[in-house]
Amino acid sequence: MNGAEAIGRRMAVVWRIESARIVATLARYVGDVGLAEDLAQEAVLDALRQWPEQGVPANPGAWLTAVGKRKAIDGWRRRERLDDRYAAMAHDLENALDTDAPPWDPDTIDDDVLRLVFTACHPVLAREQQVALTLRVVGGLTTEEIARAFLVPTATVQQRIVRAKKTLRAAHVPFEVPGRSEFPERLSSVLGVLYLVFNEGYAASAGGDWMRPELALEALRLARSLAELVPREPEAHGLVALFEFQASRFGARTTPDGEPILLLDQDRSRWDRTLIARGSAALSRQDALGRGRGYYGLQAGIAQCHATALRADDTDWERISILYEALGRLAPSPVVELNRAVAVSMSEGPATALRIVDELVASGALRGYHLLPSVRGELLHRLGRRAEAKAEFVEAARLTGNERERALLQRRIDAAD
Amino acid sequence: MKYMLIMRSDDAAVEAYKDIPFEEVIERMGRYNESLVNAGVMAAGEGLTDASEGVVVDFSSQPPVVTDGPYGETKELFNGFWILQVSSKEEAVEWASRCPLGPGSKLEVRRVTELEDFPQDNEWIQKEAQWIADAEAKKAE
Repeated sequence: MNGAEAIGRRMAVVWRIESARIVATLARYVGDVGLAEDLAQEAVLDALRQWPEQGVPANPGAWLTAVGKRKAIDGWRRRERLDDRYAAMAHDLENALDTDAPPWDPDTIDDDVLRLVFTACHPVLAREQQVALTLRVVGGLTTEEIARAFLVPTATVQQRIVRAKKTLRAAHVPFEVPGRSEFPERLSSVLGVLYLVFNEGYAASAGGDWMRPELALEALRLARSLAELVPREPEAHGLVALFEFQASRFGARTTPDGEPILLLDQDRSRWDRTLIARGSAALSRQDALGRGRGYYGLQAGIAQCHATALRADDTDWERISILYEALGRLAPSPVVELNRAVAVSMSEGPATALRIVDELVASGALRGYHLLPSVRGELLHRLGRRAEAKAEFVEAARLTGNERERALLQRRIDAAD
Repeated sequence: MKYMLIMRSDDAAVEAYKDIPFEEVIERMGRYNESLVNAGVMAAGEGLTDASEGVVVDFSSQPPVVTDGPYGETKELFNGFWILQVSSKEEAVEWASRCPLGPGSKLEVRRVTELEDFPQDNEWIQKEAQWIADAEAKKAE
């Protein structure tokens, strides 16, 4: 590896660890997340040019932050003649500039990072913009990495980020943690972004991979971080718990060839016990706050039932049915209802479950959703109605966008003959 | 992937550490650990008590010889470890290099084995996984 390449690799790691704090610190100085991210990126380019010759500074984060601030000052200086206000800002910022000083005050940096998280997930942004901006400025992923994770062209991600920055600026979104009245809704938007990122990695909605673990693990890392920033928020811990339990199965969800293995058929000895223990710990933290479990905590509870069942036969399906029932009341959703039907089929039998599924079919709510015929096919299969089951599997295979899943369904179709 | 940071210090470093106020040691290490937790990479970690309280079981002969205190010819003492869940070896090394340790101390960075590292058809590998599963299931009850 030559010098520049080694520096590039080092920079990638430094950026991953420090980017949120660098951008957050710069954003507090300049009051604009978009500008802060641009300044940080320019600082990175400077570093890639200078470090191979000058060596990596002792505190790379401090260096990048200081250079970013210097660039902000230079930008304002150029506009000095236009407006005295910029001169004053440049002067103040210059006084605060010191490349040897710790890059951030440990007592305020957490607040700044939290401001960054809330800003990246601000409701003036479209969900896909929130996702791209969060992964970019909070997660420290490159545009190429985000594009690869979501199977979209790099230019698309680039455009989402540029547009998000412009929107934040146009809407004059302040770099702030929302006040008490807005807080619950804004936090739920942040949790929603992480949930979406995790699910995209956990059950890839398109393409050849059944899942993209790196993306889900990134969401897990960000969720753990967020829970430390808002430790009094029960659902932040619920979300962590859910991710830990789901991630614990990554080693068991596919065959070496990448074929999916369904939950009940998985080799449970391959589940990651460290993550399961961490999931239980996160759920305990949520419970200890004494405000009950919400949307994510209830899902985590369901995942915990699976994670702690020694054998598939030991699964407490009645408890899972009850948790789904609670989840369905809290956040009514046909998908939750479909999952409840699966749990009921295990605790009470396929006939009862089929009634729930048939109501769903009648309601039309899940039209086009491949798991509806997939589940219905499974229930019919268990009731011995083979021909009807096969027709459902054919329909499910037609509807799924995931190639691996289609192959799995094809095997069910072939087996039905 | 998980990496273990194995902390080793020579006698001089251990002695030098005794000159720093304990509060300061705790504060520095506490901040480091907090940064690991806040970054979402800390999976586990423990520190060890003084090696003089330890016991060495030496398998050079059969039956093994049991002696009190640190291993006689050891120049470096194993003092503690972290397990980090990170995306690359480089990231583990970057975190390791931020640990507030001084001259005479070292961190060894080693990848923690995963199931894939072992032959899956081995009876004992399967048994071990089952034991861990049993223990976890009991804990959850």
